[in-house]
Amino acid sequence: MSAEKLLSLPQYSLPQAQKETLLVERLNELHLHHHGASDAYARVTDAFFPGFAGAGTVSELPWIPIGLFKSHRLVSVPDADVYKTLTSSGTSGDPVSRVYLDRSTAQAQAEALAAIMTTVLGHDRLPMLIVDWPGVIRDRAQFSARGAGILGMMTFARQPRYLLDEGMQLDVAGLVDFLGEHGNRPFLIFGFTFMVWQHLLRQISGLGLDLSHGILIHSGGWKALQEHAVDDEVFRRDFLEQTGLSHIHSFYGMVEQIGSVFLQGSDGLLHPPNFADIVVRDPVTWEELAPGQVGVVQVLSMLPWSYPGHSILTEDLGIVHGVDDDPGGWLGKRFSLVGRVPRAQLRGCSDTYAASSAATERAAEPGAVE
Amino acid sequence: MVTTQEVNLPLDRLREAFVTALGLPEGYDVTGLEYRSIVEWDSLAHLTLVTTIEMTFDVMFDTTDVLGLSSFSACVEILKRHGVTFDG
Repeated sequence: MSAEKLLSLPQYSLPQAQKETLLVERLNELHLHHHGASDAYARVTDAFFPGFAGAGTVSELPWIPIGLFKSHRLVSVPDADVYKTLTSSGTSGDPVSRVYLDRSTAQAQAEALAAIMTTVLGHDRLPMLIVDWPGVIRDRAQFSARGAGILGMMTFARQPRYLLDEGMQLDVAGLVDFLGEHGNRPFLIFGFTFMVWQHLLRQISGLGLDLSHGILIHSGGWKALQEHAVDDEVFRRDFLEQTGLSHIHSFYGMVEQIGSVFLQGSDGLLHPPNFADIVVRDPVTWEELAPGQVGVVQVLSMLPWSYPGHSILTEDLGIVHGVDDDPGGWLGKRFSLVGRVPRAQLRGCSDTYAASSAATERAAEPGAVE
Repeated sequence: MVTTQEVNLPLDRLREAFVTALGLPEGYDVTGLEYRSIVEWDSLAHLTLVTTIEMTFDVMFDTTDVLGLSSFSACVEILKRHGVTFDG
């Protein structure tokens, strides 16, 4: 069995050991490719993983910190092959991550996302409600993470309808109209967690709308909802009570690894697909932590070819809860996120990296890739 | 006065659908086109293309078809699977 099987087999179908054997083989190849093609990647990994000669497990692979995508131009293919640049959606003024895609990486991302999402959506494209406004995909050359997420999900949809306007006002009449036409068969609802709560659920509570045939996919995390005391449990409870909607899956993903999303299963936890994985690390020693312990999340994926994003240390804190033990039957690890790495610690970490990669040539800010 | 019989051939209708959906100049040779090979055929235009072809040929693509529609010629093959005849 080859690594391609990780994409083509049903997702969540491989026991961790079997999956990891195939995945590590491909990740070792990716390390060599990026090491040869990206000077920045080579310098950073050489400095932190001296003498690395191949990994036997996912936790043995070199990684780079996610902040490097903001400070360096990380690309592993000739410039002429870069067909699109993705940027993270940061607060204005903050540096943004830039991710350079060639055609084959973009196609692999699309197929990978489909492999994951069809697990819960099926292969028929569904009528889709988008909890956002159309302007979010206006700039075609450089989509924000938000725009890229919506476009990615539109592969699984027909007749998509945006529910919000630029002022984040809900089009209630449009929603009622959509439900009249499609509401008695499966349909897809997609949006960012906070927006789904604030601009959809809170606006329709009391209207008695029936969303019980909907499948809600959302991402973005709970931080913005903390002040409303809303967590996953409250979110699910309120949706069920107020709209009848019970099919809800959040996911964890990032622009640096588009396509490799970690989808919430029936156990409420996040699951790596066959072709990706996570490792939770001690923030001081960087050793891998055992299940049950909180640490920094490293994400691995076999998709990134045009840029060195196959093994990234994030700034998120998480816990692995178990391996091959999901009551819902999804194999592999299952995990949850518990917050962000404190800023001070982060700065310490990136300073170390900045020092190690100071000699790295800092490419001029590239213009928009057409 | 009827002079447009040519445009009713399936291959011509498919070429027309590509030109329209991707916003290409009239007469643009689309037969060798591949997804993401020109700026006009990006992921956003791809969705417009899918819808245009579905309407032109009255077919319904599933997710696998949408992902498989990677070139003009791949599109011909997918439409054949949906019962569209291109010969003769």
